[in-house]
Amino acid sequence: MSGTLIRTASPVAVRAVPRSAWRPRLGILTRYASPFLLVLFWQAACSVGLLSTRLVASPAQIVATGWALTRDGTLPTNLAVSLARAGFGLGIAFVAGVSLALVSGLSRLGEDIVDAPLQILRTLPALALVPLFILWFGIGETPKIALVALGSSFPIYLNLHKGIRSIDPKLLEMARTLGLSRARTIRDVILPGALPDLLVGLRFAVGISWLMLVVAEQVNADSGIGHMMMDAEDFLRTDIILVGLVIYGLLGLASDQIVRFLENTLLSWRPSHRIGRST
Amino acid sequence: MNTVVQVTQEVPAPARDDAAVVVHGLTRRFGDGPAVLDRLDLAIAPGEFVALLGHSGSGKSTLLRTLAGLDPVTEGSVVRPREVSVVFQESRLLPWKRVWQNTVLGQDGADRRDRAVAVLEEVGLGHRVDAWPLTLSGGEAQRAALARALVREPAFLMLDEPFAALDALTRLKMQRLVSDLWIRHRCAVLLVTHDVDEALLLADRAVVLERGRIRTDVPIPMDRPRRHADPRFEHLRGILLESLGVHDG
Repeated sequence: MSGTLIRTASPVAVRAVPRSAWRPRLGILTRYASPFLLVLFWQAACSVGLLSTRLVASPAQIVATGWALTRDGTLPTNLAVSLARAGFGLGIAFVAGVSLALVSGLSRLGEDIVDAPLQILRTLPALALVPLFILWFGIGETPKIALVALGSSFPIYLNLHKGIRSIDPKLLEMARTLGLSRARTIRDVILPGALPDLLVGLRFAVGISWLMLVVAEQVNADSGIGHMMMDAEDFLRTDIILVGLVIYGLLGLASDQIVRFLENTLLSWRPSHRIGRST
Repeated sequence: MNTVVQVTQEVPAPARDDAAVVVHGLTRRFGDGPAVLDRLDLAIAPGEFVALLGHSGSGKSTLLRTLAGLDPVTEGSVVRPREVSVVFQESRLLPWKRVWQNTVLGQDGADRRDRAVAVLEEVGLGHRVDAWPLTLSGGEAQRAALARALVREPAFLMLDEPFAALDALTRLKMQRLVSDLWIRHRCAVLLVTHDVDEALLLADRAVVLERGRIRTDVPIPMDRPRRHADPRFEHLRGILLESLGVHDG
């Protein structure tokens, strides 16, 4: 047994160099081949009647429905509503998260006042507040935006706070020997040093904002992608539900790309961001 | 021009009134442990280059941190110029600012960039003015740190083992650069180092610290540039190694 191992080992080692040259391209092909084949199987199963279209619509049907919903204006209208909710919620979360992190990151007193209650609150699942929010804010836009804002504030706060607290003390010492004022130290040393962590927080926050929105729009809403999907459920329109899912997926993907773009632009000083953009 | 950093105890005026830096009776201890600095007296004349040698834990770093204003003076007194600069073992450049912005960090004025470029050219870094610090080599980063120290035109420059992390060849180049810069700027210099040869190549005076006190304080009366082959070099090397407790030379 061990003899065969030794014999096969050497030719593989010799071939390793030319192999690594064409492997990346093949890697991309195999990466996309698998999902593509799955969609193909799905379509085939629906076409020959293996999968009931009442349970799940075929890919072709989803594309057709998506196009129809776009043409009659249903999809654009609901998408705009959802985007506005996520955008407002995220905007509030960003302002609140950054302000709180600055207060608790830059002063000990601020940390004592702000950090402890936030650490307790963050252990609560934000979605559990839905009933309370409906009681407080009714069923209009406010509870949905508030839910998005609440859920996505935490990752922004936590990451920026960590970033501010973990600035290299040697750089702060250097700033002292250069005679930098407190305000200048914050502007030139602390904030840029914490920016990578803030962007990590932002990426999490964007992901959470979509999650919050899905729930908020399915519990009570008369517009939005979630509402469109709930409506479709009543009429057994699996194709519309799946269009909604695809839209959510695309939104998540697009927002992640935006944050990546922000990272590449704002953190261009990091060598890793120039070499490996795909990481 | 000189400012008293802090005096907590009434002390007699030091003998050398013309000195740039005067340390008198400086004592520092952490907790209940033994004194890291023990009633230390040290004076550095304007434009004088002093090398500070000693084992780890002899109090070198504590003395430098006190002179740099990073540690408080609790016992004794320290008088030093207002304009001081420190170069640490690590360059401590801000990775998110370009080299020239790092150089003039905290400086004001519309001619900031011009001043940065001038001093970067002086340290041989004129071609990396717009580079990001993380793309610099170790030697280049230390050159940038030197430029950042010099742009402030310090009357007193502290160098805390600035070449310890560099390879041998780069270190030689950097020692020559520091020597040239000092001849041109003529500020008082305190160089903390482990390297006896470095002290002998660069300094006017070598001070050996042991358990918070000065054990040896010898002038180095050799012309520059200095050569290892000089018999006085060998002689002084023997003295310094002896007081550092190394007897094999």
